[in-house]
Amino acid sequence: MRWIHPEELEALAVGAAILGTGGGGDPFIGKLMAQEAMRETGPVALLDPEELEDDALVLPTAMMGAPTVMIEKVPEGMEAYRALRAEERRLGRKADATSPIECGGVNSQIPFAVAARAGIPVVDGDGMGRAFPELQMETFHVYGVAGTPAVVADERGAVVTLETPENFQLEWLARGVTIRMGGHAHLVDYPMSGRDFKRTAVRGTISMGLAIGRAVREARSRGRHPVDALLEATRDSIYGHGVRLFEGKVVDVERRTREGFAVGRAILQGLRADQGSRLEIRFQNENLVALRDGEVMATVPDLISVLDSETGLAVTTERIRYGQRVTVIGIPTPEIMRSEAALKVWGPRAFGYDLPFVPLEVRFREQYRQWGVPREKERYLVA
Amino acid sequence: MGYRLGIDVGGTNTDAAVLDEDHRVLAKAKTPVSRDVVSGIRTVVAEVLRKSGVDPASVAHAMLGTTQVTNAIIERRGLARVAILRLGAPATRAVGPLAAWPSDLREKVEGPSAILPGGVEYDGRPISTFDPEAVRRFVREALDQGVRAFAVTGVFSPVRNDDELRAAEIIDQEAGGEAVASLSYEIGSVGLLERENATVLNAAVSGVARRVTEAFRAALEGLGVHAELFLSQNDGTLMSLDYALRYPILTIACGPTNSIRGAAFLSRRRDAVVVDVGGTSTDVGVLVSGFPRESAVAVEIGGVRTNFRMPDLISIGLGGGSLVRVEAGELRVGPESVGSAILQEAQVFGGPTLTMTDVAVARGMAALGDPKRVSAEAGLLEAAFRKAVAMVEEAVDRIKTSAAAVPVVAVGGGSLLLPDRLEGVSEIDRPEHYEVANAIGAAIAQVSGTVDRIFSLEQRSREAVLDEAREDAFAEAVRAGADPRSVEVIEVEEVPLAYLPGNAVRVKVKAAGRLRGVEVA
Repeated sequence: MRWIHPEELEALAVGAAILGTGGGGDPFIGKLMAQEAMRETGPVALLDPEELEDDALVLPTAMMGAPTVMIEKVPEGMEAYRALRAEERRLGRKADATSPIECGGVNSQIPFAVAARAGIPVVDGDGMGRAFPELQMETFHVYGVAGTPAVVADERGAVVTLETPENFQLEWLARGVTIRMGGHAHLVDYPMSGRDFKRTAVRGTISMGLAIGRAVREARSRGRHPVDALLEATRDSIYGHGVRLFEGKVVDVERRTREGFAVGRAILQGLRADQGSRLEIRFQNENLVALRDGEVMATVPDLISVLDSETGLAVTTERIRYGQRVTVIGIPTPEIMRSEAALKVWGPRAFGYDLPFVPLEVRFREQYRQWGVPREKERYLVA
Repeated sequence: MGYRLGIDVGGTNTDAAVLDEDHRVLAKAKTPVSRDVVSGIRTVVAEVLRKSGVDPASVAHAMLGTTQVTNAIIERRGLARVAILRLGAPATRAVGPLAAWPSDLREKVEGPSAILPGGVEYDGRPISTFDPEAVRRFVREALDQGVRAFAVTGVFSPVRNDDELRAAEIIDQEAGGEAVASLSYEIGSVGLLERENATVLNAAVSGVARRVTEAFRAALEGLGVHAELFLSQNDGTLMSLDYALRYPILTIACGPTNSIRGAAFLSRRRDAVVVDVGGTSTDVGVLVSGFPRESAVAVEIGGVRTNFRMPDLISIGLGGGSLVRVEAGELRVGPESVGSAILQEAQVFGGPTLTMTDVAVARGMAALGDPKRVSAEAGLLEAAFRKAVAMVEEAVDRIKTSAAAVPVVAVGGGSLLLPDRLEGVSEIDRPEHYEVANAIGAAIAQVSGTVDRIFSLEQRSREAVLDEAREDAFAEAVRAGADPRSVEVIEVEEVPLAYLPGNAVRVKVKAAGRLRGVEVA
């Protein structure tokens, strides 16, 4: 366990935006919310999942809905806390900890605001290790945790408890409630035991966000390039070493809306070592596939992040535009995200791409042999 | 005859131009910015009127673009304490006003603040009921503390502004005209904290704005000019002095905007990239349908994140006064500059310092001073020139929206540094009067109206929503003083809301037209 202080959330915001892989919403407001809560109540404990008792109760918290609405109708601050209390009443016991469901984007910060208000720790792990758009896109769902009873809450004190045997229906119903609540809401879902959290969560994802955020923020003062510092910081994480996929200039962006998603592609023209090549990134809120001169370089659920080449800060799919100098990196997703059951929910085919999922460690095997990989990924190094 | 007088106070120079009713340039003048600003204005206006032979009494409109408001914020000078009222409770309580402000600015500006009921959802339904008595109590308390500037921000006021207007009415009743209320819907777009920040800054500079406008009026009256007075806004259109007193923050970055508009007018182009080269820096902007393209990202002013409209600019440290030197074997051009000391420092004028002006003169691109005084060898001059060209080319490339070659309009006193060809550029236009394009941009400015709101599509068609937005923008422009016959819609932007399936869209429409004519004796 260690204590997280309000100023550390600055680094987490930078790192979480990178883990958002183009989506997940700007962590800015979430960061201010959590900082304000922590200034009132003190720092928040961050627990390693191993420190959880098997019979502990973990109640993950998040915001859902449109980040564009959230930046205007800023939350009241107690929504997720009320959702947590309502869930406790429903379950008849107190929460021992909260956790993110999504460590990419704004949802990296919400659990810290809740934890500060409720006086409980945040567990260092989440349900995806990145950002995804829907509530069933969680390792919790894939490995058999029930999404409900779930509680959706708004700023006025409305609290809606949802119960359904199907996690897909949870997504559908909760989104409907969110729209009626004015476009964004806070929720508690996937209530689970410490045992289930240890079994199903992607671990160490908050630490990952903090580490890469700190690397980017501090690189300049250490005389390093932010992208180099970031990639180095990924090395000792559960993800494994990030890889530089492409450096170039955005020469075309195509974006349209389909069922509430920003769907499109960005084309990059290579600079420096990548001169003469083109990279195409396909996205649906988050970046899904990267193709270099027509050849697949990386696919979901491996993380594809677009960074400003100067600052190393994340460039979102909403903000990417012609002329930007960007560096595209791939970060291998943790192994728990790659089971057959998991890939059914978020593999390339789940997003409509007729592509097999080939891990970054296989695509860049030679490099990974040099860098090394976490133990559970060693099989990828064997041809 | 109703003449137009355009004045632009920049970082180094104050420029002025006199135009006739048909927008022909009759005279232009330039003078260094004076410490008090206003004596520089007096000097340059007197000169330009003398050169033009125009009777001061027949100047119908005078337009001023000035950096004084920006400077007040950056230098934290003359700022008022502001009472900050937010309408939207219980929403928004998670983050209080001024949350991420630099502490030195916050100390100067922060007055009493409250988050009270009011505001609406994205679709216009109320969040909570506006409470006039609570607002009245807050206003009285602030007035008792001696605060006279108010900033009012309602949730989704770009969708519905009723509650902000009600609050303003209460402030008026209680203060009896002694206080000014800045309303956020007039200033920024969706993004509560950024819009509130801009609104608070606006209220904080109200005193500065009063001094600027009074000095401007007095300077012109002293010269016998009794024209209708306007200030330039950062979207390339004008506001009356009354409006400028209420919304001074909208003058920020009007200088580059005036240059872009001036470039459009002088080159008769509506779509181009504009490169404005000054003494210290070069601003590269984009002309779309005759107006500067707006920045899509949050803009920091004095360390505060805001979201009000600003021209989309790339500024690079390259100008006529930029230093050229070799450091550790590497050639460097700028960002340091001799600035306004060019006549003392540059080698062609007998000074000791090698500047980009010397490079241009030695290469025969400009006839200034004495080219024989330039001491550097030809190889170095050539390398410095190529480096400067590469800097401009990269900036132009970054600001373009597609890979196709675009025309460039070159303006500003330093634009003689630019070659006749640039990579990614179809042609370079150097219009007559390029060196005072900013003052001309101020003189020919139009008036506009903008709508930027989130519309619900649950019970209406997209076409109906766009029509309503167009009509509102048109009416806004006419209200601001445009001749209805000349008003046209110059920009329509539609952004669907992400993660909110299919029922809401953010629409932004801008309309602009010529000032309604006035009779002049």
